[in-house]
Amino acid sequence: MTNHWNDIGNSDCILAIGGNPAENHPAAFAWITVAKERGGKLISVDPRFSRTSSKADIYAPMRSGTDIAFVNGMINYVLNDIETNPGNYNLTYISEYTNAGYLVNPGFKGPAELEGLFSGYAGGLNETDSAKRKYDKATWSYQLDANGVPKKDKALKDPNCVFQLMKKHFARYTPEKVNGICGTPKDVFLDVCRTYAATGKTGKAGTVLYAMGTTQHTNGAENIRAYSVLQLLLANMGVAGGGINAMRGESNVQGSTDYALLFDSLPGYLGAIQSVDTSLDDYLKRLTPTTRDPLSNNWLKNYPNYITSLLKAWFGEAATKDNQFGFHYLPKPEAGKNYSHIALFEAMTAGTVKGLMCWGQNPAVGGPDSELERKALEKLDWLVATDLWPTETANFWQRPGTKPTDIKTEVFLLPALASYEKEGSVTNSSRWMQWRYKCAAGPGEAEDDMWMLNKLMLKLKELYTKEGGPNADAITKLAWDYGDPPDVHKVAKEINGRDLTTGKQLAGFGAMKADGTTACGNWLYCGSYTEDGNMAARRDLTPDTFNIGLYPKWAWCWPMNRRIIYNRASVDLNGEPWDKEHPVIKWDAASKKWLGDVMDGPAGGGEPVAQGGYLPFIMTAEGVSRLFAPGMGDGPFPESYEPWESPVSNAVSRQQSNPIARIWRPQEKGSADRFPIVATTYRVCEHWQAGQMTRNLPWLVEMMPEPFVEMSEELAAEKGIANGDRVVIESARGQVTMVAVVTRRFKPFQMNGYRVHEVGLLWHWGYTGLSTGDSANTLTPHVGDANTMIPEYKAFLVNIRRA
Amino acid sequence: MAEKAILYDAARCTACRGCQAACKQWNESDEGEGEKTTNFGSYENPRDLSPKTWLKMEFREVERNGKVSWLFSRRACMHCTDAGCVKVCPTKAVFHHELGFVAYNKDLCSGCGYCIEACPFNVPRLTGNRISGIGKMDKCTFCTTPNLDRVDNGQEPACVKTCPPHALAYGDRDKLVAEGRKRVATLQANGNSNAYLFGDKELDGLHVLYVLAEAPATYGLPINPKVPAASVVWQNVMQPLGWVLGGLTIVGLGLNFMVAREARLTKGLPGKKEE
Repeated sequence: MTNHWNDIGNSDCILAIGGNPAENHPAAFAWITVAKERGGKLISVDPRFSRTSSKADIYAPMRSGTDIAFVNGMINYVLNDIETNPGNYNLTYISEYTNAGYLVNPGFKGPAELEGLFSGYAGGLNETDSAKRKYDKATWSYQLDANGVPKKDKALKDPNCVFQLMKKHFARYTPEKVNGICGTPKDVFLDVCRTYAATGKTGKAGTVLYAMGTTQHTNGAENIRAYSVLQLLLANMGVAGGGINAMRGESNVQGSTDYALLFDSLPGYLGAIQSVDTSLDDYLKRLTPTTRDPLSNNWLKNYPNYITSLLKAWFGEAATKDNQFGFHYLPKPEAGKNYSHIALFEAMTAGTVKGLMCWGQNPAVGGPDSELERKALEKLDWLVATDLWPTETANFWQRPGTKPTDIKTEVFLLPALASYEKEGSVTNSSRWMQWRYKCAAGPGEAEDDMWMLNKLMLKLKELYTKEGGPNADAITKLAWDYGDPPDVHKVAKEINGRDLTTGKQLAGFGAMKADGTTACGNWLYCGSYTEDGNMAARRDLTPDTFNIGLYPKWAWCWPMNRRIIYNRASVDLNGEPWDKEHPVIKWDAASKKWLGDVMDGPAGGGEPVAQGGYLPFIMTAEGVSRLFAPGMGDGPFPESYEPWESPVSNAVSRQQSNPIARIWRPQEKGSADRFPIVATTYRVCEHWQAGQMTRNLPWLVEMMPEPFVEMSEELAAEKGIANGDRVVIESARGQVTMVAVVTRRFKPFQMNGYRVHEVGLLWHWGYTGLSTGDSANTLTPHVGDANTMIPEYKAFLVNIRRA
Repeated sequence: MAEKAILYDAARCTACRGCQAACKQWNESDEGEGEKTTNFGSYENPRDLSPKTWLKMEFREVERNGKVSWLFSRRACMHCTDAGCVKVCPTKAVFHHELGFVAYNKDLCSGCGYCIEACPFNVPRLTGNRISGIGKMDKCTFCTTPNLDRVDNGQEPACVKTCPPHALAYGDRDKLVAEGRKRVATLQANGNSNAYLFGDKELDGLHVLYVLAEAPATYGLPINPKVPAASVVWQNVMQPLGWVLGGLTIVGLGLNFMVAREARLTKGLPGKKEE
């Protein structure tokens, strides 16, 4: 989240899209209630009327997988309304704090001109040759002046400026087109536009709350790009009650991504080292952004400090200037190669990956095309499953329809302690690192994850020291001194980092150096465990300067305890808050100091922009935020494509689906004539993810005893299905049997007169535990987002019939 | 002592059913086993209140002028002031707690089931066989369950404690009535013209107050609920008559009580349903 849970209470309008907070974030929903009772509006955009919709002022139905068309339509509304009612928008914010006025390479062409593609595409329309499914992004660039600074037209009139290019791009997304793609009734859509666009007024704030309904698409990353564009045009970034807020589905999923859960990053979102990086300098040259704009702070110029300190934390004394601080100890995955979830299971299927440690994860239920993934586990030599319960993944060898004697994989099950049975920190969606204490002993031989990792690493070090082996130094030189059993505070202190000269804990990442005199396990968390102690353990409810619910002494928040990131954009050029009612920061001219939240930027924060201070969006090289985002793989503007499996043709261009999405199994694509019904998956409040933590609890099983599929009365009538019937749902990958919940909360989508049905399936179940049932992910495809490779769980094709 | 109440706000409730689970967890009404259920085409389960399930959330889909709404409401004892169950209970097992709500002493319950007939909300449930007399009545205890008493120990009921969206509140009844009226006025001002505070006046005042965004009937609640006349006759006429006319009733109930008590001691598990 750019903002935080409590801050939702400050919002004037909440757009819940691709998420169902009442269902999946029930405690956090209290903050939505606070906003509503202050007079704020709640808009719920969802394929079916959900628990969140039941509390919403406006419910807008939208066919799964058409988020970009919907949000692009809203952007189009705002762009037109800016022309008609400029007084309702913060034009200073748009021209000064975004790249709206930046001039783009005249060679750049967009989908309006190129049939749905951007300039630089190697292939033709609907290209199937995977080698040609890529872009050369040379034209996705700015025009530079003689000093190498991007040219600007702050009046936003130049035909090549971003703002004018946007008008051309988004004009195609009319309310009629939105209806034709999303199936949202035009009047409802316009109601959404009017209500949300009202937050564009200076002093008003709207927030976007999203979750996996946004991300799990072949266009998932561009969905969020669309929110970014909308939020920037409405001046909603950096302000209280605004922002783009990912509601995390697990209590520590924010923490896990911060610590390099994903294959393409190192802790603190530093880029992973690749095969092309022949030296630390190469790596830094590839990743450290540069700017010639004197007003840009370009925070990531500090890359060398962060990576060097990380290497010092990892390799200690063994990391020296002479050996590039141990740079070569680290593995260097092949550049451009994908090592994400789908790719790993494809590699298992191909027999390339021989062993798997599955730590608190249950892909036999949660993985896409889950039967394919269960079969992939059969190819392994060994599998270690670490969990609170035996999971479907741990039990794959004895699942229904298999003969255990035919499966050679050796399976180890390590019983783990639950979060209440161990001490440590959890980082929530708000980026708050909150320290927790052990409050109960665990059962039997269960141990905490850190204990297991520590034992494993100590043993590996012993073996590599004794016997050697490939890349032995990477193990033997590793600094590993946490005790046995390990002390979690030692780990937390190492993450914060220390000055190796003085031996003192670092106060913040501003003190980090690239010369090997500081060590830090994760630059984002620098400041969390200082000489003053463990900041995450703080439980002080002293309000912030402006009393807007920041609670700066409650726990600790990355970066640098900043509760709202990009907060420099919450003030005008003179440092005066746009929103007088909820100021985040404010320039105090008398003391020449910033008041309020921890200012974005170096200590002290410099002066306001009008007095020569740096621009607000310090994490981009431009210093402003990007309406035009050349960093994206599939286009600098969000463009609507159909999901990989779709019952209709793309109504906005002839390019049917995302032109660069990686297709693993073209033969497993379901056709609309055999599978005419759109399907999506979701969760219910009563169950948790792949289900082991809840399907073993009798009260929760009593309330939600088995998986169901929700469908409209119209579809049920067509198929002769009655409420409560058992039905078979089938896709090109497999079939499942579930109970039909026939409901008026699901309606067929009327898209310019064309009717499409959609059903929604719960995905919590599997074959292990107190409550068992079919796994919805047996139906989902092995296809992922063009930028992130997150699987497309949320829009695929099925057919249904009575069982 | 000031009367206490629970305020349930249907406009805030998201039907997460934390209350439903917390009720069982705290009161041990089902000994941790849960009820065996199947999905019957609904988010709702179990299907009805039972000796094990004292509180359940109900889901209602309403469609008006092409607009769907999904209404959630709480189903549990309403803790009436004019309480039919208290009136008809021949053994005084069901009584008004000094804090106003309706508590019961299971040891005194004869399992006659009259309270069921007398309840305008169809809440109490019996274990066992009503005729043999070995049954026991169960319902929401307002968290005064023996040995698990929260309220007498100054704590809010378990359902209130757990409610994530703050749809439940516990406190002095008069303060909660005032708060409820305020919220209803806000709902009405925001276009919910039928918003209503249920329990303010009903049955001389309930100790579970409902802030409703729609009319009570839309949530399946009775309009102007009354204790059934037959129950009132029982209390005002038949019972005194019985006392005057002889000891037969007393002997019968006494036997009932002893048999029930014996049965409980033999099984060692109060209220365990016989399969």
